[in-house]
Amino acid sequence: MTFTEYKALPPAQKVVYKLKEFFSLLPGRLKAIFSAIGEFFKNLGKTIAKGCKDFFFRLANGDGATKISYIVMGFGNFTRGQTGKGLAFLAAEILYIIYMANFGLAYLNKFDTLGTVETHQEIGANGRPISIPGDNSMLILLYGTLTILITIVVFFVYVANTKAAYECELRNKAGKRNPTFKEELSEFFDGKYHVTMLSLPVLLISIFTILPLIFMILIAFTNYDKDHVAPGHLFTWVGMQTFRDVFKISEGANKGYTFVELAKWTIIWAIFATFTNYIGGMILALMINKKSIKFKTLWRTLFVITIAVPQFVTLLLMNQILQDDGVVNIILGYLGIPAISFFNGSKLTARITVIVINMWIGVPYTILQTTGILMNIPEDLYESARIDGATPVVQFFEITLPYMLFVTTPYLIQSFVGNINNFNVIYLLTKGAPNKDANLYQAGQTDILVTWLFKLTLDNNDYNTAAAVGILVFIVCATLSLITFNLSKSSRNEEEFS
Amino acid sequence: MIKSYRLSRLISDIVIYVILAVLGIIWVSPLVWLLLHSFRAEGGVTVPYVFPKQYTLANYKALFTDTSVFDYPRWFLNTFVVAVFSCIISTLSVLMVSYAFSRLRFKSRKMFINIGMILGMFPGFMTMMALYYLLKAMNLTQTLPALVICYSSGAGLGFAISKGFFDTIPRALDEAATIDGATRNQIFWKIILPMSKPIIVYTVLTSFIGPWCDFILVRIIMGDKRDNYTVAMGLQKMTNQEYKQEHFKKFLSGSVIVAIPITVLFLKMQNYYVEGVTAGGVKG
Repeated sequence: MTFTEYKALPPAQKVVYKLKEFFSLLPGRLKAIFSAIGEFFKNLGKTIAKGCKDFFFRLANGDGATKISYIVMGFGNFTRGQTGKGLAFLAAEILYIIYMANFGLAYLNKFDTLGTVETHQEIGANGRPISIPGDNSMLILLYGTLTILITIVVFFVYVANTKAAYECELRNKAGKRNPTFKEELSEFFDGKYHVTMLSLPVLLISIFTILPLIFMILIAFTNYDKDHVAPGHLFTWVGMQTFRDVFKISEGANKGYTFVELAKWTIIWAIFATFTNYIGGMILALMINKKSIKFKTLWRTLFVITIAVPQFVTLLLMNQILQDDGVVNIILGYLGIPAISFFNGSKLTARITVIVINMWIGVPYTILQTTGILMNIPEDLYESARIDGATPVVQFFEITLPYMLFVTTPYLIQSFVGNINNFNVIYLLTKGAPNKDANLYQAGQTDILVTWLFKLTLDNNDYNTAAAVGILVFIVCATLSLITFNLSKSSRNEEEFS
Repeated sequence: MIKSYRLSRLISDIVIYVILAVLGIIWVSPLVWLLLHSFRAEGGVTVPYVFPKQYTLANYKALFTDTSVFDYPRWFLNTFVVAVFSCIISTLSVLMVSYAFSRLRFKSRKMFINIGMILGMFPGFMTMMALYYLLKAMNLTQTLPALVICYSSGAGLGFAISKGFFDTIPRALDEAATIDGATRNQIFWKIILPMSKPIIVYTVLTSFIGPWCDFILVRIIMGDKRDNYTVAMGLQKMTNQEYKQEHFKKFLSGSVIVAIPITVLFLKMQNYYVEGVTAGGVKG
């Protein structure tokens, strides 16, 4: 059904159509997600099975040089005229052995306990106590993870080495010449160009994004909190205990209550922040782009200039302006209105303030992003509405808004996820204040989950709880994004355009 | 009939002008307040009236001459250096990754794209502490290279927009070039890049602006090493309770000085943003 057909339906049928569409798509989408996950594991299993089979087939059928390559990497290539490639493989093996012997193995050995010897004091030879450094659980976990990652990479190189050796052998048997090192290198600028293009970014991302991420995910399963801060103390694996704590509600200031409260507010915040910006920005964009309005550039610049100023400046400025003795209260005083305590008054005031200020920050973005789409709404829709005598307000709710919702649902979900993670606005404006609910554990009443995560990490050293909260936030965001994006048109019809 | 139609249109236009003017004032007035009060001579953090009574350049002068507590010129230089280097690395990574994902076909390409998207969904702060310890292990904490690494290492994950842009360049071009004997390397440098000016400018500017706006990573990595702060971190420090009374006016003037180049760059970027992003996003 096209949009015009949809608009022609009577209101009751529209609702029915929308509901039908939603529920008819939902099972399909869920099914698609699960089957994609299933497919992934099936393919993974197949790949591994095939890899193993080939691996042992090569070992069984290869000649002597190939077999030696299973122990001395690169031997098969080296003896068959591919000196450079053979030496490269050999170098990788030697480097790995040196790394493991000098560094990796020691950490890997302690990985299951995360260290057993605590830093303690002993009486030294001269009778004075000296501090003996013990194990550092944090470093064991970090370097242990690093060693595991390196081992996985080296394993792949190792398998590639056996394959390369066997291919050399086959080419020799068929009487063909093996490509020289130089020829193989030049292949990296053409047939294997993706390797050249991706290796540097993948390396950077692996070390500085994936490694820390795995590390923090693992932290969620340990008791690394403020009572077990490395290097003074040891911490160890505790399984799902951290997650149980996050969901357990008890007396006094506790994590369970805090998590539930903050999760509720995070959702409310994300809904309001998304829709106020969306609708507000759209109305303004419509006004600016109305045909008879002049000075369009001026109006747009007035709003857009607030994006250009760095956000930390505008937010710190807003924080200052809205203080109890700030300029807003001064102006209210001129008008005879009693001063309002925006951040330290009631929970409701603070929350409304945050949402309103967020409009000030976010509406210009929506203006920028929706202008193009708004221009694409078929003009005849408006024309027929005008002939029927519809006022601009009616036109907005009957044509513009439904059309935009029809087209920009992915964008909405994206900004919803963005708002769940919207650290800057909350942290710079209120730092979570007001802090009037004593049952909240290390959080204020405008804190959302990510600002709580930040406070837990930086101010309280409750690393395990922070990691667990991070994982939960990730699960919510990832599910939302997967449902809308991966199955949306743009990713399925990728090839269509070219 | 026609007259009343014209009249109602006139009225609705006037209403819109009024709304736009009022909202425009609301939107700009905090920035005007910032500008005016950065020249304020009297008072500390606040004054009990709206407009300053006396204007002076002293705040700006102090920013650059009185560097004993807050070394603003040095921070500015730090930020500039960090921004330049991370901009180079980020732009290269983004373009390389998005070219590979968009134009090259290889095994497990889909898997890489999906992993990239999933990694982007973790809250960024989760990895902060691990990143800090990693940098500490490399002996890089409290140095500027650490910042460059932090800002640019993950840049490759932001491939979505430029991949969308590359997708719109007809593949027939690549094929024609291949027939003429061009390697993929030559296609990238000689055909695709020259056609991608909007998206290159967009990527360069966003990655250049990034370091000017972040203070969270700086706070973690630099700790108390003030000499290596960036502008954002330093300005944030000025608004701390202990320094606020004395340095708040300097914070205002410092903010104006950062905001001006960023604003100019941003307004320049806006056109490329619209060009590049809409071209990359039309598929919806």
